[in-house]
Amino acid sequence: MGEKMDAQLKVEDLHVGFKQKKSSVNILNGVSFQVYKGETLCIVGESGCGKSLTSLSIMGLLPKQGEVQGGKIEFEGENLVQKNMKQMSRLRGNDLSMIFQEPMTSLNPVHTVGKQVAEVVRTHRQVGKKEAYSRALEMFELVGIPSPAERLHNYPHELSGGMRQRVMIAMALACNPKLLIADEPTTALDVTIQAQILELLNDIKAERQMSIMMITHDLGVVSEVADRVLVMYAGEVIECANNRQLFNNPQHPYTQGLIASIPKLKEEKDELPIIEGSVPSPEKMPKGCRFSTRCPFAKQECLTDSPPLQEAEEHTVRCWMHTDRWEEMTPWKGVDEDGREATEQDLIRS
Amino acid sequence: MDVKQPNKILLEVNGLKKYFSTGGGMLKKKQQVKAVDDMTFTVKEGETLGIVGESGCGKSTMGRTLLRLQHPTAGEVIYNGQDIAKLKNKDLRKLRKDIQIIFQDPFGSLNPRMTVGAMLSEIVRTHDIVSKKEEKKYLEELLLEVGLTPAAYWKYPHEFSGGQRQRVSIARALAVQPKLIICDEAVSALDVSVQAQVLNLLQHLKKKHGLTYIFISHDLSVVKHISDRVGVMYLGKLVELSDKHDLYERPAHPYTQALFSAIPDITEEKQERIVLKGDVPSPLHIPSGCRFHTRCPLATDKCVEEAPVFEQVRDGHYAACHYAE
Repeated sequence: MGEKMDAQLKVEDLHVGFKQKKSSVNILNGVSFQVYKGETLCIVGESGCGKSLTSLSIMGLLPKQGEVQGGKIEFEGENLVQKNMKQMSRLRGNDLSMIFQEPMTSLNPVHTVGKQVAEVVRTHRQVGKKEAYSRALEMFELVGIPSPAERLHNYPHELSGGMRQRVMIAMALACNPKLLIADEPTTALDVTIQAQILELLNDIKAERQMSIMMITHDLGVVSEVADRVLVMYAGEVIECANNRQLFNNPQHPYTQGLIASIPKLKEEKDELPIIEGSVPSPEKMPKGCRFSTRCPFAKQECLTDSPPLQEAEEHTVRCWMHTDRWEEMTPWKGVDEDGREATEQDLIRS
Repeated sequence: MDVKQPNKILLEVNGLKKYFSTGGGMLKKKQQVKAVDDMTFTVKEGETLGIVGESGCGKSTMGRTLLRLQHPTAGEVIYNGQDIAKLKNKDLRKLRKDIQIIFQDPFGSLNPRMTVGAMLSEIVRTHDIVSKKEEKKYLEELLLEVGLTPAAYWKYPHEFSGGQRQRVSIARALAVQPKLIICDEAVSALDVSVQAQVLNLLQHLKKKHGLTYIFISHDLSVVKHISDRVGVMYLGKLVELSDKHDLYERPAHPYTQALFSAIPDITEEKQERIVLKGDVPSPLHIPSGCRFHTRCPLATDKCVEEAPVFEQVRDGHYAACHYAE
């Protein structure tokens, strides 16, 4: 891949945080990645790693206290960060679309689903009511809603979870977006319904040459749909590689731990390998590598020096272990710079 | 329908039913939701029985009915020679000392205005577990055992992370020294790395205290990891029940087969996927005959008319399908 393909979306050194009374908390710390034309990029990470915040920043939908503190989001050569509300809402639903985890909260309960899809069409295209409805009908057929003409007149509560998610997808695709952002699109659904939705997204992507950026915490889903995978931890990108490469040969200790800790259907283990501890809170972020407090391989410098993102062909990773400096680094002593005992870390390692 | 095993049986469930009535207004006819409809199974001492199924299949209602948090409509649940459905208040309290439950969302099931210590000591006093003198020491040891620090005694639920809160729930269940713990989606709300920690803790506790678990979850991989036997539910009924190895290697019921093939797995070999058509029917309008026939790829006329019997297809492997292999 690499240079051969054009980037649809380019995120560069993105910093996002939340304003507080006097100070501000930084959540995303220099996130950079690209989504190429026609590919599915999956962003994985545990709750609080900043994956949803990334997608909201791209869509210009950050909550009130949220602010982009630096960096660029380039979509087709234009920087989205500098766009105003009006320009963004012209893009949203048109070239850029998004589907959310819980369709019930993103659909309006007092309007029929047909009306809501038609509204999107009328907002972005100069068409009449009738034409908009026929476009909605077309979309309902595309996403596989049975007896679509009747479903147009249903209210969201009359549909099942899977059907609602199909309506959301129909709405997102109504104006032929170039990039679809799917934030945990199947998390609220049952496995059999999830399989239907994933298959649908895959078919549509192939048919329309659309790029998909999918955000999920489910590594199983990732391995099914992703072309490339981006792993985030505590607001940073820590690893990025193509699908098989990442699962067969994970480089970052966090990714390795994450993959090992899922129970697998085809393997039998008495005890699951685990990553000790939990994600540090934004106020107590370690100074150096953000994973250092939980990392089983951490050396002394990992606590104080932040590792660079190592760009290698088709596989980038943020870990000292994969740099030349690793050999010279001091082994873990259980004591921090000032000679005090690093009690919390000690506990984690015992 | 005989599902008895030679090992010592801890809990015996016979023809358990739980119906809810809905509607019944001026113009509306009263309707019944058959959340749990005629379930029969046993739980052996020291085993983990996994129960899987999609949302709305009645697995949580089943768990709650076993503990009589909900009164069963019909059927019996026999524990220690007594039918739980017929117990009076005092005996019921005794039963709840032996059977405990852990819920999915510890935020919803822990009192936000009580410290962990106050909550635990209330339980311990109610059931008279230890003397007042030893109480503090007992609870601190308990907290250590579930992987919390004794300082947790003075904290409120909101001061913990999701994984730690679930550990508090586990401590609460464990405080009364139960024999059977029902885990209702106990790890579903947790992140994978934390989920693995809690699963390991549950297994460690089981070994140490000789516990028995009924592990209810929608996550098939987690259930396989932790269970000895697994039951699959569909629309209020068990459709298959077997030793986990036999179930996962040779599923007999077409629903189980489809369910397994739908799980996204991270291993490379992709299997042929059976994508089921349509949604789970509403429990208000349960299909005639076999409940699965509306979505089943193998369904015939016989399935529409006649409900299959839950019977043994192989040694210790039960399924309810006319065409089970």
